[in-house]
Amino acid sequence: MGNNLVMYEEELQQINRICDTLHKEANAKAVLVIDKNGQAIAQGGEVEHLDVTSLSSLTAGNVAATGGIAQLLSEKEFAGQFHEGERTNVHLSIVAQRLILVVLFDERSSLGLVRLRVRKAALELTATIDQLVKKSESSAQPSVFAEITDADIDNLFND
Amino acid sequence: MSFINYSSREINCKIVYYGPGLCGKTTNLQYIYNKTNPEAKGKMISLATETERTLFFDFLPLSLGEIRGFRTRFHLYTVPGQVFYDASRKLILKGVDGVVFCGDSQIERMEANIESLDNLRTNLAEQGYDLDKLPYVVQYNKRDLPNAAPMAELEETLNPTKVPQFEAVATKGNGVFDTLKAVAKLVLTELRKGS
Repeated sequence: MGNNLVMYEEELQQINRICDTLHKEANAKAVLVIDKNGQAIAQGGEVEHLDVTSLSSLTAGNVAATGGIAQLLSEKEFAGQFHEGERTNVHLSIVAQRLILVVLFDERSSLGLVRLRVRKAALELTATIDQLVKKSESSAQPSVFAEITDADIDNLFND
Repeated sequence: MSFINYSSREINCKIVYYGPGLCGKTTNLQYIYNKTNPEAKGKMISLATETERTLFFDFLPLSLGEIRGFRTRFHLYTVPGQVFYDASRKLILKGVDGVVFCGDSQIERMEANIESLDNLRTNLAEQGYDLDKLPYVVQYNKRDLPNAAPMAELEETLNPTKVPQFEAVATKGNGVFDTLKAVAKLVLTELRKGS
C-alpha cells in the first residue's frame, strides 16, 4: 500500500484556494475535487446542501465507467464530461490522472466560461498534486501510523 | 489505496464485497446500514436494476471512530455478481484496500463460487494487486439453508490460503459485523505496516 494518497495542510489549503477561485471566476454553484477512487478531497462554493460523499463516489464510478468505454474505443480516456440538467449542469474533468474536478453550475454561467476557467484551475491543481506526491514520497514526513497498536485498532470496535 | 488526510485528520479506506450473483453482498451492506447509528453512516446508494439486482455497485460510507486522533472512515462497496457485469467489477476494484469474498453456502452454487473467486484473482491481478497480499477475509453466507454445503468442503475449496473466515446468515445479521470488523482490522494493520 505504498501508493496511498496523503494530504497535508499546506496542499489542502492550496486546493481549497483553487476551488474558491474557480467557483468565483466560473460563476459556478459549487466546485469539488475528488480522488479517482471516490474520496472527496476539497470543495468550494455552495456545498452545504450537497451530499458530497455520495456525489464523490458516484462521480468516480461514472468517470471509471466512461474510462472503460474509452478503452473499448481505443481511446486513452475522455478527459472531460458534461451533464446537462434543467437547473444544474455538471462539468467533470480529469486532472493529473488521479483527480476529478467537478463544477456544478446553473444559468448564471455557461459551459464555455466553465471550460475556460477549468483549464486554468487544472494547471494549478496539477502543480499542487505534483508537489504533494513529492512530499509524500520523501521520508522526512513523520507518520503517526507506525505507532498504532493492536489495542488502538481493537478500541475502534468496542461496541 | 487509502487516503490519509493530515489536514482534516482522517483516514479513508475502501473495502469491496465480492462474490457470485445472489450470494448476499448487498444484504450484508443493508444489514450494516440498518444497524449503524445515523451519525456514523452516510447514505447507502444502490445502483440496481428494477428487479433489485446490482447493476453497478452499492456504496455505504461508515465512520468507525477515532484512532490516534484520526477519524477512520470506511467506504464499503459491492460488485455486481452476475457473470456478464465483469467490466463493472473491474472498475470497482480500483483503489481497493480490503476484500471480502462472500460465498454462497448452497451446494448448487459451488461452481459459481469458484468461478467468482477465480474472477476476483484475475481482476485484481489486472489492476496490479495480489489477493494473497491484500487484507482479505472470506464469508460463507446462507448457513441457515438446508442445502448448505459442509464447512469443511467450503473451506477447502474457497479458502485454501486460510484467511480469516466467517459463517453468516446475512438476512438475520449473523456474522455480518464479525466479517466487517475482521477486514477493517486487517486494513488498519496493513496501513501501519505500510507507514
